[in-house]
Amino acid sequence: MFRYTKLTLLREVITILAAIALLVPFYLLIVTSLKTGEQVLTTSSLSWPQPPTTENFQFLLSPDSTGSEQVFQGLLASALITAGAIVGLIALGAPAAYVFARSTSRWSSRTFYLFLIAIILPTQLGVLPLYTGARRLGLLGSPWGMAFIYVGLLMPLSVFLYSNFFRRLPHEYEESAAIDGASKTRIFVSIVFPLMGPATGTVAILAGLIVWNDFFTPLIFLNGSDWATLPVVIYNYVGSLISQWNLIFAIVLISMVPILVLYFFAQKKFIQGYAGGLKG
Amino acid sequence: MSVVTTQTTAAAAQLDRPPRRRRGKATSYRLSFGHWWWALPAVVLVIVTIYVTTAFGAFYAFTDWSGIGKWNWVGLENFQKIFKNPEMLGSLKNTLILAFGFLVLSNVIGLGFALALNRGLKSRYVLRTLVFMPVVIAPIAVSYIWKFVFAYDGPLNQTLALLGLEQYQQDWLAEPTLALAAILIVMVWQSIGFAMVIYLAGLATVPQEIEEAAALDGAGPIRRFFSVVWYQIQPSIAIATTLSLIQGLRVFDQVMALTAGGPAGATQTLATQVYQQTFQFGNFGFGAALALMLSLLILVFTVAQQRLTRDRD
Repeated sequence: MFRYTKLTLLREVITILAAIALLVPFYLLIVTSLKTGEQVLTTSSLSWPQPPTTENFQFLLSPDSTGSEQVFQGLLASALITAGAIVGLIALGAPAAYVFARSTSRWSSRTFYLFLIAIILPTQLGVLPLYTGARRLGLLGSPWGMAFIYVGLLMPLSVFLYSNFFRRLPHEYEESAAIDGASKTRIFVSIVFPLMGPATGTVAILAGLIVWNDFFTPLIFLNGSDWATLPVVIYNYVGSLISQWNLIFAIVLISMVPILVLYFFAQKKFIQGYAGGLKG
Repeated sequence: MSVVTTQTTAAAAQLDRPPRRRRGKATSYRLSFGHWWWALPAVVLVIVTIYVTTAFGAFYAFTDWSGIGKWNWVGLENFQKIFKNPEMLGSLKNTLILAFGFLVLSNVIGLGFALALNRGLKSRYVLRTLVFMPVVIAPIAVSYIWKFVFAYDGPLNQTLALLGLEQYQQDWLAEPTLALAAILIVMVWQSIGFAMVIYLAGLATVPQEIEEAAALDGAGPIRRFFSVVWYQIQPSIAIATTLSLIQGLRVFDQVMALTAGGPAGATQTLATQVYQQTFQFGNFGFGAALALMLSLLILVFTVAQQRLTRDRD
């Protein structure tokens, strides 16, 4: 029925051209980051650098240059906070969602509603008291405080994703383990949780991307401290450079590389994570 | 679907109640799946970081608190100030323009790519990966790439010169209307892949047989789309439009990076005003009032949209 005709070929060419047009900004990002400041001013923005140079990256990444400290500190802060938030969301979210999915008591489904409503509730309003609260507790500028806040803010998402998976898990595994005399903790840790690998992957990817790319929350909680994450570092750094696009683009590219590498290794998982996380 | 599953669980809970009363073998075996207190840390955390803080935030909105020291209850004064201040009204207008422009454009273009890449094309898997790529990148990073595109000596003006269209060269981010359009383009560009993925998931549920039957009856591609596919992808439309509306109303990063609200506050949005008023000017009460307004706007539009899209079923 749907054969590959000349019309399909035309459709294919048009779609490829549209996708290429969509990706032009990435081309600009790469070529500009490989130019010297002078080349940026004197050559066309669309031209390939003659010759390409890595001096922007050397300037930003070599340990003895002035810019590198911020970049490395930003990378470290982003990695620590993202990892901390993911661990917290899995460690606290998975058992909670398991209880909600398996318990048949009335309070459990009511409490679960608390999480569902929290997903729709806009976060803007809560951030202000969260800021004053964190200030009082001395959590401002602390990477652990930041990770803790993310665990709280993203917990509804984690519980929601996990419970969708737990509901589809048949009871038989747990029943046979219980008959063999395994304790509740043992059943969860050794049987249920390992079976939930795909759910854990989805939570890690979605929450990880949200935290890694977030700008608003770290701008409020971490700006001015040693633990500003990459988006805030980029924001401050660009503010200090006046139109030095070669350097700006080099730091932008550095911040993207970890995510893009992960994306191309696990693109199916990323896309499914987004689609699956929303289907629920 | 989540609501449906929760309701089913609630119904199941009702049905299970009589056997649960009598303490016997069945009860102990059901309870063997986890302890109730495993949920406690997550519940406490969500109540503290989301519910309590939101309640406090709503309370601040009716005070003149500066962030430190004493405060007074001022009633609706903050809201009166918002509606009397042309800059605040401008931010509200910008937020609505950006949100609805974003809703329409990202969904139309995303659906277009989804239809093109649904099946048939040999390159569809590669293209899907590439079109989705901008979604995973930080909005602030994306915004800086585009800031270069719109710069006076940037690629856009260079291309115009190349095409002999010098008269259209502009300082794109310095003129209020154009700057707002530029912000919108950046938002849409980054989210096309997101809408596409949701629509692809919807299109995958359309049975190929129905489409083929329609084609045999002589329906062209456009007719097939509006008479067959359109009804099948209603759930995707509901999800994608709701999410993009919420995302659009919260626009912050792109504005901060591209224009910082300028020129002269002409591209401020509610989210950037909340940030500026609260964290730069120390007007916590006033900032909270703006945040409360933004939150209510998001809630009202989300509920309204759910109603609208549900009625169409």
